[in-house]
Amino acid sequence: MKDPYDVLGVARTATPEEIRKAYRQLAKKLHPDLNPGDKHAEERFKEVSAANDLLSDPEKRRRYDAGEIDASGAEKAPPQGRYYREYAGADAGHPYESASGYADFAEGDDLFAELLRRSREQARRAPGADLHYELHVPFLEAVNGAVKTITLPQGGTLEVAIPHGVEDGQILRLRGKGAPSRGEGPPGDALVQIVIEPHRYFTREGDDIHLELPITVKEAALGGEVRAPTTTGSVMLKIPKGSNTGDTLRLKGKGVKARGRAGDELVKLKVTMPTAPDPELEAFLAKWMPAHDYDPRKEM
Amino acid sequence: MISEREFLERAHLDRGTLEIWIREEWLVPNRGAADRAFTEMDLARARLIHDLRHNMGVNDEGLGVILHLIDQMHGLRRALAEALASLRERTPPSGA
Repeated sequence: MKDPYDVLGVARTATPEEIRKAYRQLAKKLHPDLNPGDKHAEERFKEVSAANDLLSDPEKRRRYDAGEIDASGAEKAPPQGRYYREYAGADAGHPYESASGYADFAEGDDLFAELLRRSREQARRAPGADLHYELHVPFLEAVNGAVKTITLPQGGTLEVAIPHGVEDGQILRLRGKGAPSRGEGPPGDALVQIVIEPHRYFTREGDDIHLELPITVKEAALGGEVRAPTTTGSVMLKIPKGSNTGDTLRLKGKGVKARGRAGDELVKLKVTMPTAPDPELEAFLAKWMPAHDYDPRKEM
Repeated sequence: MISEREFLERAHLDRGTLEIWIREEWLVPNRGAADRAFTEMDLARARLIHDLRHNMGVNDEGLGVILHLIDQMHGLRRALAEALASLRERTPPSGA
């Protein structure tokens, strides 16, 4: 760790005013945004900033002089985030870009002028930025498709057509709905990430819809037709005689319709006793003598 | 996109100062239908303005000049980078 007095180039007896002056001199020379092409400027600037942080605080300076903290005690310079130069160097056609430093060079008819003109043209035609949004979609609307409206933070609204069978985390790109171009280019795109909200009783695995369907003891034993919900309304489902909890029935084509095919709905049965005691059922079962091979625990 | 409120908070700015910076065109936020929207780039530029004013003693008169020169420098850097890239495309690598 370098000595902060050495970094700033001041004597140990320097006054606060001398320290401030030295720091300003160095900051003016080393600030990364004043040296966009110098990769080491950031490191050196950080060192100088850290030294200044330490020596410009009388308490920290006293403790450093007394040997209570070392130079790294002030190494945590305030979080600076990214420097401006990283943005100015990366984005074409941003609002601050200026060609007035070289416009005269671009007027000739030699190769270099042509290259410069092309670069200016490219900046002028650069599209606007893409904007990112997140959209929460109820389960059934994600399965069946819907049109949703997003209210934008910068004002205005955005209509999003949700295709049926959209998947959780999928990103919809709305062409031309992003930020406008700073020059004469096309606007950017809006990128909408879909977050599917869970449903009360449907779940989804790929293109298949899963559902647990409670049935009565009687329906399980005797079979029969029951009403079963699907994502597009109820259908009558035939329960085979002697069905059991865990038996799964398949409703062909009642799953998610996407990419030209349709998944199935898988209905898992769950035999359910009446919630309130039923004296009739109790009386019947008390008389009922099961066949002797009926033992659900015989494998245990 | 950053809302005006979040921008003020993250840039440690008060509204009056922001109004001045925008009027001076030191900052050029995106104008939406209703509100101003800012980018991470605007935020980094606000930090640069802060560094120039507070850590380097640049006064408000000088600040506009410096920002204009910085903008020109980035324009030049981009033009130079583009020109070099085009030249490299045209010139086959030596030894090939």
